[in-house]
Amino acid sequence: MAQLTYRAAVARGIAQEMRRDSSVLFLGEDVAGAGGVFKTTAGLLEEFGPVRVVDTPISEQAILGAAMGAAMTGMRPIAEIMFSDFFAVCWDMVVNEIAKARYMTDGQVACPLVIRSGNGGSVRFGAQHSQSVENWAMAVPGIKVVAPAYPRDVVGLMAAAIRDPDPVLFFEHKGLLASKQDVEDGELVDELGKARTLRQGTDCTIVALALMVPRALEAAEVLATEGIDCAVLDLRSLVPLDTTTILDSVASTSRLFTVEENPQACGWGAEVASIAANEVFWDLDGPIVRITTPHIPLPASDILEDLAIPSVTRIVETIRTAMG
Amino acid sequence: MTHIAKSTSPRQVEYGQHDVIFPEAFDHGFDHAEISISTRLDLYRKQQEIRQLEKRLYDLFLQNLINGTSHLAIGMEAAGAAFGVALNDDDYSFATYRGHGHTIARGVPPEPIIAEMLGRSTGLLGGKGGSMHLTSVEHGMMGSYAIIGAHLCIANGAAWSAKLRNSGQVAVAFFGDGTTNIGAFHEAVNFAAVYDLPTVFVCENNLYMEYTSIGQVTPVTNPAADRAPAYGIPAALVDGNDADAVYLAAQEAIARARAGDGPSIIETKTYRHGGHSRADPGTYRSQEELDAWMAHDPIPMYHQRLLRIGVSERELTEIEMSVAAAIDVATEAAKAAPSPSPEALWTNVWADGGWQWRN
Repeated sequence: MAQLTYRAAVARGIAQEMRRDSSVLFLGEDVAGAGGVFKTTAGLLEEFGPVRVVDTPISEQAILGAAMGAAMTGMRPIAEIMFSDFFAVCWDMVVNEIAKARYMTDGQVACPLVIRSGNGGSVRFGAQHSQSVENWAMAVPGIKVVAPAYPRDVVGLMAAAIRDPDPVLFFEHKGLLASKQDVEDGELVDELGKARTLRQGTDCTIVALALMVPRALEAAEVLATEGIDCAVLDLRSLVPLDTTTILDSVASTSRLFTVEENPQACGWGAEVASIAANEVFWDLDGPIVRITTPHIPLPASDILEDLAIPSVTRIVETIRTAMG
Repeated sequence: MTHIAKSTSPRQVEYGQHDVIFPEAFDHGFDHAEISISTRLDLYRKQQEIRQLEKRLYDLFLQNLINGTSHLAIGMEAAGAAFGVALNDDDYSFATYRGHGHTIARGVPPEPIIAEMLGRSTGLLGGKGGSMHLTSVEHGMMGSYAIIGAHLCIANGAAWSAKLRNSGQVAVAFFGDGTTNIGAFHEAVNFAAVYDLPTVFVCENNLYMEYTSIGQVTPVTNPAADRAPAYGIPAALVDGNDADAVYLAAQEAIARARAGDGPSIIETKTYRHGGHSRADPGTYRSQEELDAWMAHDPIPMYHQRLLRIGVSERELTEIEMSVAAAIDVATEAAKAAPSPSPEALWTNVWADGGWQWRN
């Protein structure tokens, strides 16, 4: 057992799998010599060498194309797209090529690959380096979408993503890189599509993802002092989506809140709310409430950005009002 | 690639002004190229397979038996045939939406190709892909890609994988002249050059990007070959209607890639007899230009070459008849095949065979 940062957990997860399987490769911009612009991949070049850990040109389409072609022909590549905002310049590769290849070829082509990306705000980078794009990814049939909130899950879900036979988008939250957790030694492998109940509660269910998870937990502690007992679920992956855990919790608490960093319209919580409304409507005692970033680009100023992204205070106030 | 890097570009014209582009005269120098008779008969057969398949598909459209769009390669058979012969069985091909010919050229039988066009369960892709996505991994045909540029990047990945596995395989990406103006082309060529990947980039320049003359929207004369020096890789410019010329260029580029000497570009000058897709009658091309290129049809020219070097008319007729018979049999079998079952809608989204994204 040792304390591990979220940042270091990324490299640990990748290294664990590269040691186990020589077909695992890693490529991206500044990932090798520099160890990643977020220092999430430090040490991989030194351990695995330049054949398997590759610095690329600034060519996101070429990076993802190389990953796809390698995956189609027997390798297990991990590609980094430095900031998830950059998916906009290579979305063709994700949506039209990687996600559809298996279906369009009726199973002939497999793309077992992982695309890692720095996602989310709270780091004052402005509108082109702060977006939460997990809802873009969730909207595309054929890719799995993972977004861990804790260092232990970074390791375990990274291993699961690399071993998965389908393409996985793995979102690492930039606002969580310095967070720490005690993580057990040895090999860690999780299962994709399992939400984690971080707090039991009887009055309402809060469903959150990535940076919103610790904020939801903190809000739940505040609300507990006011007599509102919240269950908190960390989704961990949007595809596969663990609706069973969500709906079981809602059935017992009768209220559902989502806390989402993505902009409001068509955020992942809209899908969760729709499923809950369809399938456990008669268990609900009140409206489903979504707490999201407004439908605006993210501002750079700390004052403005903190207003935009759901804060502990906003979560507390929204739930207090709705439960009142 | 100096001996083939000669310009077959037609009369020099100012870009943006040439609305008529003529083929250059067929090069009889290639009659005596060092290509065996049996290889040449293979090249002839593959050109016949592509032509007869495409003509059959056109007939099936006219009979309203094929839905959606399609992009035929009638007039452009030589390049597909040449690579079909030059590649090893385990090499990788990546084609565009105009990929029927590249598919049959890798040895994929015509029946599953035609069945796919007809949307049948016996189609190459079970009816899920259609005309623009023909794929047969077991034949090294790694897919037909309908968003131009992307598959050049993907071919690099297969080439990278081959290099890491020391398999000796090469990856060939076929694309049109229009692709040379999309970013992915430049990313892919640079990437292949930087890592010395065994990728062969084959631009089949049919002079029109969809409905617009490529010269009107491109500042260099040869849209693929002229870009190669910017990436420090060799390029060959060949008559894309001369199967032998393309075959020799292919051999050299493939050998270079296989030897670990990196990627190269081949630009073939060619012409499609029809429009861009079934919706396009191609009226933006002058009759004069069309007539000149119809007279430069790769198949009759190659037929004449084979006669000149001593192949009998009877032998060529036998090839033509056997290809026709195979296409006929395949067509009838495809027509008789059942439609996909409704259950097929739900299969093969994921590796577990299913489609579920939630529990």
